Amino acid sequence: MKILITGISGTLARGVAYRLTRRGYEVIGIDRRPWPDVPEGVEMHQADIRKRPAEDVFRIARPDALVHMATVTHFTTGTEERYRINLGGTRKLFEYCHEYGVKQAVFVGRHTVYGATPDSPLYHTEDEPPLAGAAFKELADLVAADLYAGSALWRWPELNTAVLRLCYFLGPSRGGTLAGFLSGSRVPLVLGFDPLYQLMHEWDAEEAITLAVEKQLRGVFNVAGPPPVPLSTVCEATGRRAVPIPEPLYPSVLGRFGFPYLPPDAIAHVKYPIVIDNTAFLEATGFRPRYSAKQTMEGFRWN
Amino acid sequence: MSFLDDPQVRRNVDRLPIEFDDYGFDRFGLSKKTLVRAYSPMALVYRRYLKVTAFGLENVPAEGRALIIANHSGGLGWDAGMILTSLILNDEAPRLGQGMAEFFLTRSPFARPTLRRLGHLTGLPEHGEQLLNDERLLLVFPEGARGAGKLYKDRYKLVRFGTGFMRLALKTSSPIIPCAFIGGEESFPQLFHIKWLAKLVNGPFVPVAPQLIFLPLPVACQIYYGPPMYFAGDGSEPDHVIKEQVEEVRQAMERLISAGLDARPQSFMFQRMPGSKKERRP
Repeated sequence: MKILITGISGTLARGVAYRLTRRGYEVIGIDRRPWPDVPEGVEMHQADIRKRPAEDVFRIARPDALVHMATVTHFTTGTEERYRINLGGTRKLFEYCHEYGVKQAVFVGRHTVYGATPDSPLYHTEDEPPLAGAAFKELADLVAADLYAGSALWRWPELNTAVLRLCYFLGPSRGGTLAGFLSGSRVPLVLGFDPLYQLMHEWDAEEAITLAVEKQLRGVFNVAGPPPVPLSTVCEATGRRAVPIPEPLYPSVLGRFGFPYLPPDAIAHVKYPIVIDNTAFLEATGFRPRYSAKQTMEGFRWN
Repeated sequence: MSFLDDPQVRRNVDRLPIEFDDYGFDRFGLSKKTLVRAYSPMALVYRRYLKVTAFGLENVPAEGRALIIANHSGGLGWDAGMILTSLILNDEAPRLGQGMAEFFLTRSPFARPTLRRLGHLTGLPEHGEQLLNDERLLLVFPEGARGAGKLYKDRYKLVRFGTGFMRLALKTSSPIIPCAFIGGEESFPQLFHIKWLAKLVNGPFVPVAPQLIFLPLPVACQIYYGPPMYFAGDGSEPDHVIKEQVEEVRQAMERLISAGLDARPQSFMFQRMPGSKKERRP
């Protein structure tokens, strides 16, 4: 089976590529960024998913499955470019899948699309609408991409589409949203708030994506590992110092005094939890996380 | 563990039928440490100040899902605190009652994380369902803030009941344990409410009692648990069916309340009412 991974140079995607080649799949990768020491068995194309060379990969290589991980966040990319990559790119890829007879498509999204609000319940299920765009405009493009990928389920029923809403992950690559937030020795908390954070080990996240491809998953799935822990415990267990900052001052310390930068709307994500229910994914794939929250966080201590 | 921790509370928190992780949190963010910290002073109030006696604790299951449906009174929420403490201090089978917190509280800094650590999530039907499906014990005041804000002249009269708890019980097939709290109205007799102040702080009401401070009078209180009630259905029944079932619970509570009121020698009672012989003292 031939599997195409878009955004293959990303931290998680590399791990997924390794896992798939080790299990005997043929892996093709597309990314704008290079992957200098690409392992044997991975065919790498340095191209933009929205441009002609990407379509050529579909036409010539004829992959059986697509793992779409070429999405960007506000941490690296401006608004217009984000819409072009996340929404325009996703649309193009699903059209290619349809046109060139791809049988399985896995869209790797984020659990933050549910949005963090004071009145939302814990343990979001897949049938809840992703509301993050309303309060956090930097996530609106990812919410739209998530919903667009989900629409492939009725648009092209012959294509097995899986939309994964992956929780935060931590691991030795130091990649991902949460690792960015914990990059310094001090972590800014909002005074009087201590939300539950759901995180899994990077390797478990890679394994979950790999399983989604192997089990030919269909539908929308929340992907999470161990139960959530409070943010203050995350800081403590990873050896960071949690610094509670009064809410009115919060936007002005971001990006200063060694604190990470966040857009002002992201404060809701430091005040309120986003916790997802992963029962459906566990039942569909038999996925069992190998690392507990404690192992994951303590492993990140020296990163 | 600090020297302020109550030994009975600490012992019983360790025996709760709840799964805690390496850091002492459960999957809803409940914290073992905070439970001991918070229930220790509550146990003191329970024994010495409000001198609570609990009757019928054997009606509360040792484990598994159930809903405790109680009358709300006394404005400040001490009734909730004492019912929860009586469940923890039950040496036969300690249970943690988990409440549904007012939205006003879960939007506020400090209150939100504290309530979460004590197991009280935002009052959403989804949370009730999640907790019951996880075999927890839920404490519900179907009268809501309306009940807590009852004036002294309306004491022990049950106001309009919500029907959400009944649908929740049917949907999750949980038994309902009717509960009556006696003494709450006398410990904080509400004369009137300051409406403009309530609006200002965005709270449900600001009550005024003769003691003028937000502390209850040391009136002895009693808690009565009735036998569990089981209802058939799946929660999708039409309103008139649900209302009838709610009425049954309401009548069971009224019976418990009137029996409780009859049992006390006078309404402003400052001596602890002797409990059943089975009860052990710490």
